[in-house]
Amino acid sequence: MSIRERLSGNEAAATAMKQINPDVVAAFPITPSTEIPQYFSTFVANGTVDTEFVAVESEHSAMSACIGAESAGARAMTATSANGLSLMWEMIYIASSLRLPIVLSLVNRAVSGPLNIHNDHSDAMGVRDAGWIMLFSENNQEAYDNTLMAHRIAEHESVRLPLMVCQDGFITSHSIENIELEEDEKVKEFVGEYHPEHYLLNQKEPIAVGPLDVQSYLFEHKAQQAEAMKNAKKVILEVAKDFEKMTGRKYGFFEEYKLEDAEVAVVCMNSTAGTTKHVVDELRSKGIKAGLLKLRVFRPFPVEEIAEALSHLKAIAILDKADSLNAAGGALFEDVTSAMYVCNKHVPAVNYVYGIGGRDTKADDIEKVYEDLLEISKSGKVENPFRYFGLRKEAK
Amino acid sequence: MPYNVKEVVANKPSRFTSGHRMCAGCGAPPAARMIMRALKPEDHAVVAGATGCMEVSTFIYPYTAWTDSFIHTAFECAAATLSGAEAAYQSMKKQGKIDNTTKFIAFGGDGGTYDIGIQSLSGAMERGHDMVYVCYDNGAYMNTGIQRSSATPKFADTTTSPAGTKIPGKMQSRKDLTKIMVGHHLPYVAQTVGYMNFKDMYEKAEKAIYTEGPTFLNVMAPCPRGWGYPTDMLMQINKLAVETCYWPLYEVIDGKYKINYKPAKKLPIEEFLRPQKRFKHMFKPGNEWMIEEFQKEVDKRWQELLDLEEITNRAE
Repeated sequence: MSIRERLSGNEAAATAMKQINPDVVAAFPITPSTEIPQYFSTFVANGTVDTEFVAVESEHSAMSACIGAESAGARAMTATSANGLSLMWEMIYIASSLRLPIVLSLVNRAVSGPLNIHNDHSDAMGVRDAGWIMLFSENNQEAYDNTLMAHRIAEHESVRLPLMVCQDGFITSHSIENIELEEDEKVKEFVGEYHPEHYLLNQKEPIAVGPLDVQSYLFEHKAQQAEAMKNAKKVILEVAKDFEKMTGRKYGFFEEYKLEDAEVAVVCMNSTAGTTKHVVDELRSKGIKAGLLKLRVFRPFPVEEIAEALSHLKAIAILDKADSLNAAGGALFEDVTSAMYVCNKHVPAVNYVYGIGGRDTKADDIEKVYEDLLEISKSGKVENPFRYFGLRKEAK
Repeated sequence: MPYNVKEVVANKPSRFTSGHRMCAGCGAPPAARMIMRALKPEDHAVVAGATGCMEVSTFIYPYTAWTDSFIHTAFECAAATLSGAEAAYQSMKKQGKIDNTTKFIAFGGDGGTYDIGIQSLSGAMERGHDMVYVCYDNGAYMNTGIQRSSATPKFADTTTSPAGTKIPGKMQSRKDLTKIMVGHHLPYVAQTVGYMNFKDMYEKAEKAIYTEGPTFLNVMAPCPRGWGYPTDMLMQINKLAVETCYWPLYEVIDGKYKINYKPAKKLPIEEFLRPQKRFKHMFKPGNEWMIEEFQKEVDKRWQELLDLEEITNRAE
């Protein structure tokens, strides 16, 4: 029996971590993820978990310590946001190259500068090519569920990659919502024990980790990482199936909301999907065939699946909560359009950069996006593919 | 049992093997070998290396010179990386997942320790992890080609503090990292070098490894390329550093200073400077002031050390 609770997104992430009971947590506080290590150190202080909590002096050291711990044979977890992830950046790449299934709770926030503590996805987009599996969560329930599934995916022998669970800073991290929790014992059984094949603390088989990897080897090692990321697709779906058996909650690469018979659709991630669902319902009541594709698995990027799911539409809008500042559209837009192109699916597509630095994302804004899509679907033409919404005119 | 180099070498096989690619005449490999020998044969070690000469010369895929477990991640975070491994050990031991005795030893050059890695080192030491951090101090960023560090002595000619016609080498004095570590109130901090059959180094390594909590060893490791001495002069350079009091041998146990060797007749600093090309310009006519100034700094720091020994050992 699930347990009905009311938790914030940060509480949900911390609760999942408590139930996972990792060997080591190393973290440094940063808004809006600070509460996660705070809650977790309370679990440690009260003996609720077996974890060693390493209160490091920076996020760089947080990820370094997680790498040391995971290499040593432990399950290691951390949490961060924005500049914390930026400071980790060097170690983020090293974690994945060492094939360490570290799990990170990323509470998305705008990366400086200028300084801003509110939500957008610029932190996550800064590590999109770092070899981490990246799961996005619409609400506290999904942040919890994704965290429970994380180790099963990351530690799978065909994967062995680090994984981050993203959720929107403040919007979900600090909002208290209803949630269904699983019992501790069921979580323990679902997550399972971690038995790494090779680890530093194994005296019977000492190992060396993190060599100088010269021209004759690095390419192959990188190709192995790429292969592992491909393998992750299958594992993500398998784990989701098992998770559904335990909880009844169904997960895939993405959620299709009224998409099947839709003519126009929005593609987005995290909490904006909740707002978009509301708009879709409103439009549907007016007879407009609007739909939504909410991406959950951003890395590995489900190329064929996403292209197929969007192929029947007359127009699509891809919403990026981070500006790539490249005169060529946001990261999600590039990935979606590239997927469509390589799969030979031709649907007019438009990009909206929105919500930067916590700018409120209103139902009206999204409704306007659908209006634009309806126009595009009539003409079949996209005058300007790179757009904003929510941006004040005078700021331009 | 009193230290006997022949017995130590005969009875304790090297845990840092031959075949590594460190330069001939470098002070770091003999230090690593001797420090690793201080481990009890039955104990396992996890060694962390900061990016630097030692790491890139001892662990080139698919080979390693380390018979114990070894981890390298990046330049500035050997201490943080090792602190994670140590935390894993504490956690897994507590949970009964492992039962062996593992010791934790980090090696970093002065670049990875005095400079880019000082934050990570300071954090790990303050958190009290049961580990030894060994700095092999060769007084510049040697791996990238002899650039000045905060450990580079004043006036030294490096590629980023060249002895030019207007500026005669590095214009700042070296940072005293050993004392910074003493300021962390660690149970054991020591400064050593390969001298007198490595007795001082071996004994200090043993104390550092088997003192519970965070400990720190600062090892002077001359660099023939950066310092400009013939490779067969390594041990002579080590000796001169001690006999001139440029690199005093001392330890600080729970805050009490103990100078392990006081030269009966302190040699003038020229003896240490002259064989090294990095100080060549100091011996040009008209530059006598540089040697005088260098000598003054050495004298000042030596006196400070003598004072600290006296103050910290005063009867309560």
